[in-house]
Amino acid sequence: MDLSFVILVEVLYAIASLVLISAGLAVVFGMMKVINLAHGEFMMLGGYATITAVGLGVNVFVAMLIIAPLIVGLIGLVVERLVIRHLYGRLVDTMLATWGLSLVFIGLAKMIFGNTTTGISTPIPGFAVGNYQISGYNFFIILVAVALVIAMFAVLRGTRAGLIARGTMQRADMAAALGYSPDRIYMATFFCGSALSGLAGAVLAPLVGLVPTSGGAYIAKAFITVIAGGPSLIAGLVSSAASFGFVNQIFTFAISPVIGEVALLVAAVVVLRLIPQGITSRFFKGKL
Amino acid sequence: MTRPIGKDVLNILIFAALLIWLMPMMISTYTLTVLVIYGMLGLSLGLIWGFGGILCFGQAAFFGLGAYTYAIAAINIGESTIPMVLAVLAPAAFAALLGAVMFYGRLTDVYLGVITLVVTLILFKFVNSTAGPQYVIGKARLGGYNGIPGFQTLNVPGDPNAYIWGDPYFYVCTVALVIVFLLVTWLLQSSFGRIAIGIRENETRMSLMGYDVAARKTVLFAIGAAIAGLAGALFANWGEIVTPGLFSLGQSAEIIIWCIVGGLGTRFGPFLGAVGLAYLKFMLGQQSMIDNTLITGLILVLFVLFLPRGVVPAIASLWKLSFGRAGRWPQRSNRRRARHG
Repeated sequence: MDLSFVILVEVLYAIASLVLISAGLAVVFGMMKVINLAHGEFMMLGGYATITAVGLGVNVFVAMLIIAPLIVGLIGLVVERLVIRHLYGRLVDTMLATWGLSLVFIGLAKMIFGNTTTGISTPIPGFAVGNYQISGYNFFIILVAVALVIAMFAVLRGTRAGLIARGTMQRADMAAALGYSPDRIYMATFFCGSALSGLAGAVLAPLVGLVPTSGGAYIAKAFITVIAGGPSLIAGLVSSAASFGFVNQIFTFAISPVIGEVALLVAAVVVLRLIPQGITSRFFKGKL
Repeated sequence: MTRPIGKDVLNILIFAALLIWLMPMMISTYTLTVLVIYGMLGLSLGLIWGFGGILCFGQAAFFGLGAYTYAIAAINIGESTIPMVLAVLAPAAFAALLGAVMFYGRLTDVYLGVITLVVTLILFKFVNSTAGPQYVIGKARLGGYNGIPGFQTLNVPGDPNAYIWGDPYFYVCTVALVIVFLLVTWLLQSSFGRIAIGIRENETRMSLMGYDVAARKTVLFAIGAAIAGLAGALFANWGEIVTPGLFSLGQSAEIIIWCIVGGLGTRFGPFLGAVGLAYLKFMLGQQSMIDNTLITGLILVLFVLFLPRGVVPAIASLWKLSFGRAGRWPQRSNRRRARHG
């Protein structure tokens, strides 16, 4: 009984962290068809922003939930204005340019923070379930992920800005004809996407030792989750995160963490081979 | 493409002989050897991406596979001739399998990128975790993160004690590169190569003309992997150790950067990009003012933004403009390079 509860929490946690890791990339890819390979480095910067802010005496939750997303969002804004806006519609070129950006950020982080591991302790204590110990922070991550999905849905479905964003996503020329500048909308979308990446990096920072190259650990997973998710933004994100997170944790418990990772990657290859346009091209069609 | 192949071959041979004679006077042969190997690796991706339109994010997987195959086989066999052959065949077979899975599934650009990236990651993660004594192939322990040291390096075929190293090894590598380069030249002039370029330009058109697009892409992919595998085996001999780092994403990124900077759709571009950037990295490694990754990244961003066709096509069109027959603009076919996979 205790074991099954622990496994359930771990599976939910794996799904939640995949949702968090991929949300920023999903927004940018889903809305603008731009694959941001510097996404992992945005998360890494979010982590560093949190650690620096906490070091300066800011409350850890304020640092994670407000300061880090803002800072990374602003960095994203600069990147969008300088590089990405010149490359809209050239999918492969944006991938290459953002890959270059990711290397630039790794280099900068190495020069500023040094090539050493830094970290902060988890702000929520763990507790015991029967014979097992569960980290209380896992619940926080699940909570943040759920809140994030609900907020994304609410914004896209319920607000004027969400409506305009969805309209631009479908027909940029029509949105422009109705008087909304796609350039501005793309800029705002990229800001939001980067802020989400920063948030994810910040929230996950207490769990990992942060090094300048930590971004690489996230980007592949995020990339896979978003591509396998397919055309629907939120339904795709949640469904592919759920399937991959489930596969990952089941194999981790059954065999070993490394096999769990490998199983996730193999599952991704199988899914893409069978439904190359992503899960939501066949299931949950037409959902948001 | 219409020039007779004989003249082309002669030009390449003269150029190569000049370089082999001149370069060791400027740079030590130890450094030159690795530059030559990287050049071959760049050429392998340049072939499948620049002429086949297949953007492979995992060319490092084949490079690493070639190096590991060589190391494992060399430990088990105790000489180098058969391992060299295996190091070419194993990545080619793996690529043929992977390519068949991808191309018969009609996967294109981004999806192709994801799958090759994921396969590289799987290999990297797997090899990285093989530190335990249970991971043994024949007499060779895979060694996990530490890699495999101490295998038999290249020897004269038939005589395992006559090692080839130092200056002679440099000449072996350059000759191998020239042979590979000539093979690529021949392949591109053959009907197979011209059809591959046709597929790059318009896949639907070629399939409607009756060519089996998936099979041709698979074969081209396997050839690229074979070249990368050969480069990997040569690299293993040069470094005398193979580590999981060969499979890393950083390595894959570097190969792509070489091709972009050098120029896609040319044979010399990826080779020059590889040699130039690898040498630049080597020079930068000797100073600690600015981080190495930062410069590599900056180069990639600037090239994508300002010179997306790469150095060699840009110089070629400049050359034609200034020295070509008066009033002749670069031909249209030269201007349309496929950058998109």
